Amino acid sequence: MNGIIGKKIGMTSIFDDKGRNVACTVVEAGPCVVTQVKNEDTDGYSAIQIGYGEAKEKNTSNQMLGHFDAAKTTPKRKVMEFRNFDALEKSLGDTITVDEIFAEGDKIAAVGTTKGKGFQGVVKRHNFRGVNDATHGQHNRQRAPGSIGAASYPAKVFKGMRMAGRTGGNRVTVRGLEVLKVYPEKNLILVKGAVPGHKGGFVILEK
Amino acid sequence: MDAIKFVQEQNDQGTKLPDFRPGDNVIVSYRIREGEKERIQDFRGDVLQISGEGLTKTFTVRKMSSGVGVERIFPLNSPLIAELKVTKRGKVRRAKLFYLRGLVGKKARIKERTFRGK
Repeated sequence: MNGIIGKKIGMTSIFDDKGRNVACTVVEAGPCVVTQVKNEDTDGYSAIQIGYGEAKEKNTSNQMLGHFDAAKTTPKRKVMEFRNFDALEKSLGDTITVDEIFAEGDKIAAVGTTKGKGFQGVVKRHNFRGVNDATHGQHNRQRAPGSIGAASYPAKVFKGMRMAGRTGGNRVTVRGLEVLKVYPEKNLILVKGAVPGHKGGFVILEK
Repeated sequence: MDAIKFVQEQNDQGTKLPDFRPGDNVIVSYRIREGEKERIQDFRGDVLQISGEGLTKTFTVRKMSSGVGVERIFPLNSPLIAELKVTKRGKVRRAKLFYLRGLVGKKARIKERTFRGK
């Protein structure tokens, strides 16, 4: 799995070669620094650990400071591991940029944390339809879930019953996104469609 | 925000339309592709609003088509707009002319902006 860590900048739209208006997301991807290289002999599997985003020294634990020192780099905010990173031979302390991994037209996956929506009812949370009628006896039931089960048998509500509750803020992967443009001079990548999360949120792009 | 501006500048295809304002009467020549063939369709009406900014700017044109109001939103920077002609300059006092939607016939007219000589 090859990938890079980035930050969602926001959305805009561009015109493609057929003149169509295409919605796209601007992601600042990288540059990332290799903070650790794992291999079969020492760790039992092959992986590469990369860091992205500058962190303040006072916000970084001593353990992590030592870890970053070993890679001869400044503290990073986000550190994560990619298994079987085979795109390029990288060693400790090397930087990875967008254009090394992604090219125009690639199909990629984006992983992010969706926007938190707080405590939401079933209509927003589970796409229940609600009641389509405001009259005919409806007083305050338009967005209510309705029945959540039968009576004395089974005499309980089944586990996993969809109800109101905390919504959003989940880790979500969106697959099959197309890379429209790559701007290595500004570390930007233009992804067709939407990417999970709010502006400024971390996004992991995988190929 | 700067990054978005940068992306928009990089992707600006440089379509340049003449200046127009809400209230103007315009003819938009829009390229329409039907299978392999391409033809140009004219849409003539009053500009209700210009909204958005940068590459995503759009404008809304409203016309009366056999008694029914028809509105169409065009991206200002679309390469599919072959030509835009301003036929009449309108004199209006606001930027969004949504009040026209409630008016028909003579009331829905827009006064013409006249230019006195130097």
